Amino acid sequence: MRIRCPICGDRDLREFTYKGDAVALNRPGPEAAAQAWDDYLHLRRNPAGATRELWYHGGGCGAWIVVTRDTVTHEILGAVLAEEAEA
Amino acid sequence: MADLIARSPCMGLLPLEQGGVSVTELDPGPMTLVAPYKGQAAALSKAMKVAHGVGFPAANTTETGKGVEAAWFGRDQALLIGAVPDAALADHAALSDQGDAWAVVRVAGEGAEDVLARLIPVDLRDSAFPPGRSIRTQIGHMAGAVTRLPDGAVRLMVFRSMAGTLVHDLDRAMTHCAARGTG
Amino acid sequence: MRIAGKGLIDRDTPVHFRFDGVAHQGFAGDTLASALLAQGVRLMGRSFKYHRPRGVLTAGSEEPNALVTVGQGAHADPNVRATVQEIYDGLEAHPQNAWPSLRYDLLSLNDLAAPFLSAGFYYKTFMWPRAFWEKLYEPVIRRAAGLGALSGQPDPDAYEKAYAFCDLLVIGAGPAGLMAALTAAEAGADVILCDEDTRSGGRLLAEDEEVDGQPGHAWAQALTDRLRAMPNVRVMRRTTVTGVYDQGTYGALERVGQHLPHRASLPRACFWRIVAKRAVLASGAIERPVAFPNNDRPGIMTAGAVRAYLNRWGVAPGRRVVVFGNNDDAHRTARDLVAAGVHVAALVDSRHEAQASDAYPVHAGAVLCNTQGRLGLESVTIRTAKGEERIAADTLAMSGGWNPSLHLTCHMNGRPVWRDDIAAFVPKPDMVPGLIPAGACHGAFSTHACLEEGRAAALRALSELGMTAKDVPLAEAEDAPVSLRPLWQVLGKGRAWLDFQNDVTAKDVALAAQENFCSVEHMKRYTTQGMAPDQGKNSNVAALAVLADATGRSIPETGTTTFRPPYTPVAIAAMGAGAEGKGFAPERKTTSHAATVERGAPMIEAGLWYRPSYFPDPGESHWRQSCDREVRMVRESVGICDVSTLGKIDVQGPDAGRFLDLVYTNMMSTVKPGRVRYGLMLREDGHVMDDGTAARLSEGQYLITTTTAAAGQVMAHLDFVAQGLRPDLDVRLASVTEQWAQFAVAGPQSRALLDGLLDAPLDPEAWPFMACGPVKVMGIAARLFRISFSGEHAYEIAVPARYGDSLFRLLVARAEALGGGPYGMEALNVLRIEKGFITHAEIHGRTTAFDIGMDRMVSAKKDCIGKVMADRPGLKGPEREQLVGLRPVGESKEMTAGAHLFEPGTEPVRVNAQGYVTSVGFSPTLGTMLALGFLRNGRARHGERVKLKDHLRQVETLCEVCDPVFFDPDGGRLRG
Repeated sequence: MRIRCPICGDRDLREFTYKGDAVALNRPGPEAAAQAWDDYLHLRRNPAGATRELWYHGGGCGAWIVVTRDTVTHEILGAVLAEEAEA
Repeated sequence: MADLIARSPCMGLLPLEQGGVSVTELDPGPMTLVAPYKGQAAALSKAMKVAHGVGFPAANTTETGKGVEAAWFGRDQALLIGAVPDAALADHAALSDQGDAWAVVRVAGEGAEDVLARLIPVDLRDSAFPPGRSIRTQIGHMAGAVTRLPDGAVRLMVFRSMAGTLVHDLDRAMTHCAARGTG
Repeated sequence: MRIAGKGLIDRDTPVHFRFDGVAHQGFAGDTLASALLAQGVRLMGRSFKYHRPRGVLTAGSEEPNALVTVGQGAHADPNVRATVQEIYDGLEAHPQNAWPSLRYDLLSLNDLAAPFLSAGFYYKTFMWPRAFWEKLYEPVIRRAAGLGALSGQPDPDAYEKAYAFCDLLVIGAGPAGLMAALTAAEAGADVILCDEDTRSGGRLLAEDEEVDGQPGHAWAQALTDRLRAMPNVRVMRRTTVTGVYDQGTYGALERVGQHLPHRASLPRACFWRIVAKRAVLASGAIERPVAFPNNDRPGIMTAGAVRAYLNRWGVAPGRRVVVFGNNDDAHRTARDLVAAGVHVAALVDSRHEAQASDAYPVHAGAVLCNTQGRLGLESVTIRTAKGEERIAADTLAMSGGWNPSLHLTCHMNGRPVWRDDIAAFVPKPDMVPGLIPAGACHGAFSTHACLEEGRAAALRALSELGMTAKDVPLAEAEDAPVSLRPLWQVLGKGRAWLDFQNDVTAKDVALAAQENFCSVEHMKRYTTQGMAPDQGKNSNVAALAVLADATGRSIPETGTTTFRPPYTPVAIAAMGAGAEGKGFAPERKTTSHAATVERGAPMIEAGLWYRPSYFPDPGESHWRQSCDREVRMVRESVGICDVSTLGKIDVQGPDAGRFLDLVYTNMMSTVKPGRVRYGLMLREDGHVMDDGTAARLSEGQYLITTTTAAAGQVMAHLDFVAQGLRPDLDVRLASVTEQWAQFAVAGPQSRALLDGLLDAPLDPEAWPFMACGPVKVMGIAARLFRISFSGEHAYEIAVPARYGDSLFRLLVARAEALGGGPYGMEALNVLRIEKGFITHAEIHGRTTAFDIGMDRMVSAKKDCIGKVMADRPGLKGPEREQLVGLRPVGESKEMTAGAHLFEPGTEPVRVNAQGYVTSVGFSPTLGTMLALGFLRNGRARHGERVKLKDHLRQVETLCEVCDPVFFDPDGGRLRG
């Protein structure tokens, strides 16, 4: 598997580590309801199709990126820097 | 009173030579990580140009000047090599001394690319990786930096503590490549 | 026997080798199979289950029968296909799965027991009594059934792993692949051409045909030489592309040293990861056998294999050959044999319209229905309209048509489609993104069609890559149409083999259907058809056809099983090359490593780092003696310890303080320059991630430390917070762990030691506990931190790493002059347990700030990572297991980490568990064992007694619960 890092270009999977769904970017405020925190921390969709997920290019430039990937075909539909990703 | 004695990271480990490929330790001089603050990239690049003759490099490249080099070193980071950073740079960027943090080696020779193809998961052929390219990637299991030098040789950098492993991995790859050559 | 003047072998270079203990001679260019056949050796192996005598069936990597072990002892390589193994001087090959010998294999008794060993036998025959299964049936069956054995020793041979990149990967160097490579290379594309054979040409090497007016093999050689001379082409021979992976990544196995006498430095194989923008699959086709009774005797081969041995290796596989087929290749075979002077006793063609010949008898509309011969074929029985007839023959060449080698196209879950005209599955377009099939693997069987498809595939790839193609003319070649009538099995008395490698018969497949394993996937698992190392290459389609027949469905309705990587077996040693021994993980060594080893300190691993366990003094014979001495040394004078392995992160920028407030539980923005604060980091789920210190070096610069083990995790976490959660904050992070060599100088004499070392003595007023600042050591700029992990008056001094070795030696010498010296991890651990300081033994991922008694460090004045979730019900309160100290009070003084805690008087079982022990050590300071652990509601239970029970090590100790800070609870020594 290869991921196109927005900074480094097309790179081998082994340079990256996986965190999970990109929902982790939408951190609720400290006053948010318990349900919102529960959703943020624990609830994840498991789609057959496109999913947005966080990868860390720790073996490369050190960027956190949001990769859109099809869970059925493994096709990678795009990758953007986490700092520029829409939450 | 005695003096503190400096030791280089690869002292006692290098040089190596096998099958026409050589590995030697480089002394890069001062090395400083330069990371521009928000909105300061252009101003930093200008200050670097004025003080050191090299601008802030584009991603995956290195800029070489007279005895000074600015090698891209990761997201919003460059490594200023060969000069102590001018004080003016601190107005625009976080500076971190890295002059002792890296084992820096030069891999040269006809079969160097074949040796590196055994350790580095990136296309390092001349066409894809000409002089001026400088990337962050993995070298074996180690996070490192790889640069094509102006003379065509390749510079590798890994954490200082891993110098022994770098030399071990290179030595093994060189042994295998050399053995193929005589097959 | 050899046929004079024929073949591509080098008759001037004889090669000597041994098989089954017997010396043989072949020629350079021979495989083990061709050389043995030339010597008249037909028996090469025993079958998997029934130990039937077997000879070579094919001439390629799909070979199911002729599996041998090459080499001896730890170097032995089992299950090597004799059809792939090139001979070399000194080659030693051994037969497998036979005892005591290949000719007299006692386990061939299994063959007589065949009625009990049919499909699914292990689900039926050996069910009862149940207890016999694991102890008796399974081991016996496993021993009797099998392939080659592993040596059981570590593999001492060298293997490689490597990466390659290209625009176009061409898989297979037959006519289609060569044409694709040439077309792409002429257009300037970077091309890698892989072929598993030793030379390119593919099927052209095995046939007697012309391309472009010259022999096919010569045309292929000339074209390969031309490609090899181009700078943008890399020709990789002996390289099998074994798997297709996501985003254009291909796995390939190169045989590097397996065809040469052993040399320690020469890798046996190299596992390549090839990244290609586009690929052309030109993997050819595999001829399929026909399932007729007793179709497995040595001497029975595919017709294509017979032509290969004849034309490529100049070997006549026998003196009297019968050819059997359902297509025109049978006739091609007979013609080639006759032309080479080999007697063709009969051509048996299942088609009624088969052409007669002057050169050999043709039986049209006839089939093979049985064979005879114990260790090799002696005669065959044919069934014609007139009845059955026996014909003497030592070789049978059979052809049931060809199956395209489309396996790689299925590696990403695609399914092929059935083509009636060639009675075979072919790949659909785009089953793998970027992989274009061409030639025989795509169902194009004439040489002309292969050349044309190869060129077309390259043109498509070039156009997709935006490259301009040059005009590459097609060579003249044969263009015969496919003429075939499907024939899958011949019914009759006796077993008709489908899967030679796993000993599966047509009857087994029918039985599976009869027992309602009608799905092809169920049939596969019930009969094990297709589950041997050849992965069903020789048998799959025929087995499907038999299943289709038995279930009354068509073949496309029946479908195929899934082909998965690897296409041919890959040694694990090749896939894992370089990752054993010192290549397993990087070794991180501190600057004091050499000086430490010189002192005889045993090193232990801490993450990837190597740290000293203890520094033995002369006369000390047990680690406890050294450890106790080192602890006393720190408590009474001064000790030196390398703490460079702790993670150090430079945090700079206008928002550095705000950023640290978010990632630490406590307030870091209020730390004054020149001061250090201890800090705790939580995970977002409210559990403790790590602890460390934050030193404010200047207004805009902090230096934070992490534990050794969590340094990487913390860096990734901080990067995530900075980039993903708060990209608005202006903060810059840099790991500076490797820049600094840092040493703890701990003990009452620490200031005295430093005063003699630093360029200016320390002013006690300016250097209170938790102060930090720049100092100079012999003119070298250094950093000093007055922090303590020992509970003593202590400092940590950091210098640029190049001076680490020198400074460590100096510090140790000065410490020794003051009655101290270096100390290792054992003493460090005891010192911190005495003080109740935590490590990852305590913050192990399931404990909260509340649990470790640091709830008050979670600032109420601000948000921080993990704060909200740490307040969840159940994460605070008396039901939690809380950090306590434990000391033995009963007869037993033994304490072990990992032991569990119980109320005295309760049974030590899980439901009664009250907590557990995390750290233990003997305190020479207090003269007793001490432990840290977690006990339910522990903070309210100081003074109570609990039972420590270690079920694994049989320890039971009565303990008193106490405060985790055993020593100097008010911290007077630390601050003084």
